[in-house]
Amino acid sequence: MTERILMAHGSGGKLSHELITRCFVGRLANQWLSRQDDAACIDVGNSRFAFTTDSYVVSPLVFPGGNIGKLAVCGTVNDLAVSGAVPQYLSLAFILEEGLPFDVLEGIVESIRSVAEEASVHIVTGDTKVVPFGKADGLFINTAGVGHILAGINVSGDNVRAGDAIIISGSIGDHGMAIMAQREGLRFEGALSSDCAPLNGLISAMLQACPDIHCMRDPTRGGVATTLNEIASQSQVGMFIEAESVPVQPAVRALSEILGIDPLYIANEGKVLVFAPAAAANDLLKTMRSHKYGRDATIIGKVTDTNAGQVVLRSKLGTSHVLAMLAGDILPRIC
Amino acid sequence: MEPSIESFRDSELALALVKKIKQHQVEQACLMEFCGSHTASILKYGLRNLIPAGIEMLSGPGCPVCVITQTDIDRAIALAQTPDLILCTFGDMLRVPGTDSSLQQSRAEGCDIRMVYSTLDALNIAEQNPKRPVVFLGVGFETTAPTVAASITMAHSRKLKNYSVFSLLKNCPPVMKALIEGGKIRINGIICPGHVSAIIGSRPYESIASEYGIACVVTGFEPVDILMAVDMLLAQIVRGKPLVENAYGRGVSPQGNLIAQELLTAVFEMRTIGWRGVGDVAGSGYQIREQYQNYDAEYLFKIKVGPSKEPAGCMCGDILRGIIRPPECPLFGKVCLPERPAGPCMVSGEGACASYYTYRDSARSVR
Repeated sequence: MTERILMAHGSGGKLSHELITRCFVGRLANQWLSRQDDAACIDVGNSRFAFTTDSYVVSPLVFPGGNIGKLAVCGTVNDLAVSGAVPQYLSLAFILEEGLPFDVLEGIVESIRSVAEEASVHIVTGDTKVVPFGKADGLFINTAGVGHILAGINVSGDNVRAGDAIIISGSIGDHGMAIMAQREGLRFEGALSSDCAPLNGLISAMLQACPDIHCMRDPTRGGVATTLNEIASQSQVGMFIEAESVPVQPAVRALSEILGIDPLYIANEGKVLVFAPAAAANDLLKTMRSHKYGRDATIIGKVTDTNAGQVVLRSKLGTSHVLAMLAGDILPRIC
Repeated sequence: MEPSIESFRDSELALALVKKIKQHQVEQACLMEFCGSHTASILKYGLRNLIPAGIEMLSGPGCPVCVITQTDIDRAIALAQTPDLILCTFGDMLRVPGTDSSLQQSRAEGCDIRMVYSTLDALNIAEQNPKRPVVFLGVGFETTAPTVAASITMAHSRKLKNYSVFSLLKNCPPVMKALIEGGKIRINGIICPGHVSAIIGSRPYESIASEYGIACVVTGFEPVDILMAVDMLLAQIVRGKPLVENAYGRGVSPQGNLIAQELLTAVFEMRTIGWRGVGDVAGSGYQIREQYQNYDAEYLFKIKVGPSKEPAGCMCGDILRGIIRPPECPLFGKVCLPERPAGPCMVSGEGACASYYTYRDSARSVR
């Protein structure tokens, strides 16, 4: 049996990590890539820059709360911002499928313009390719982004310390559930809308209030559970999460109950997980809550010096279990 | 106002039930939760750690993906490899390892296998692809079977000629009896499946209580539901009068869903079908009636497979019968992991191994 790439290799969970380790990190290893952060930190002259790339293959192209273009800009901006950088310049490369209506493309580019303006980034270079009908799902976007890192800021996945407070900037699972509902035509009462948003404004305010933030990451594919595990492993610390304190919108909660899917594994596109010294947590929360993308920010747990590399979730009943990384695809239950 | 789901997760209520459970002072009892969703909930909420250690809770064969035999998985894969055919399936089935391949591997090799959420999606795919055979892989219990039956009657009324079902559908009460009669495990009480009972009602379990003397309680999937069932089962055990009780009044009636039952009878007849670990169980499979044989993929396609082989060392069969717990399998958590399952119980969210692994205890306590 020939080993092949499976859809599950793209889920953002353990199989994605295995793919990256097996095929890329070893062969292409260098001091930047091997860190496996959201963006590489590179020195140019006396300045430090964050440099990132990402690809967007979402279906449907347009969904409640955004579209593939807005997603591409936000995702790239957020990867730079959580690296402690001020996002500045983006590239966009479009792979277009034969037959794509012009008005769909133009609508997407218009939201790119609008969200780039909000995030104060410039689209400075780009590319287009067209592939035959059936060879792409409408359109795919690849991006790159660059931003300079402010002096005195040191955020990284291996920088988290025991005692740190773990903060989430708002409700989880909104993006993934909105996409799933839209894609599968699950008609659902209530507002299911992607949280897709550029977080650089919020993050800049956070870094001003608390320059000592140890780590930030946007919990996209694989959700909060997977991101927490990645960081626990990178920093070799334990984490302790109170299930009750994790904010979930009622509509997301309801749909996840129906499908048998845990919101902790669902993708977010406008949320940031923050690890900061506990003493600074309250001031940081205040700053976050005064920003429109951090209104529901809350502490969901703490970093421990036990159980290195492991995330533990405590239930409402006081019992606890390991909160594992996403394994493969997220699949709804049968029964 | 209807109580929200949150009230069935209320910690005060749950802890009060734990106290009540302890008051029965039952030192030893063996309870089986038939359904995989119950197992998942018990582990997710750590309920085993809340009740007295002498109350053993065994996972039963109530995961529709897990109980499919290796041969039937191989047949599904062979069917998917039929040229031009579109196989529609619920997601869980994609990852179940067959003898040489899996549906997800077959999809990566170019087979047209589509994950659907409902049989209606499969019907729509059939309508959109009139020149290609579209087969729905019917996996599930009484909960799922009515929707499959409905897809067949709808295909019939829509005059769809290219839609069929490969029915591996099963019903639960016969296998519960087979497990008890197998005699390898001694159960004092059964937590009967919630969703299944919503369709069949609570009456089918009456003979389990009367003939085998085993306490039965039907319940839902939240911690309060399950603790309530444990409390009621222990009370029955103390009284020594096993019967069927219903702790899931919000979802289950004694007679069940009559419309669904009528539909099941119209489309299916009962047959013997193989269950992993248990073997052939008479009257536990839903076979499509002759009247609908043009919608029966087993009739339409000659599905031939070579000899099937279960994964070496995999103990899913024993786990499904409650003879061992997942961590006792030598492959568990080592070679057999959710991302690379050796056996089906590690695949589905309702599989006992997946639940034990996903909700495992932390190595050390947290300060």
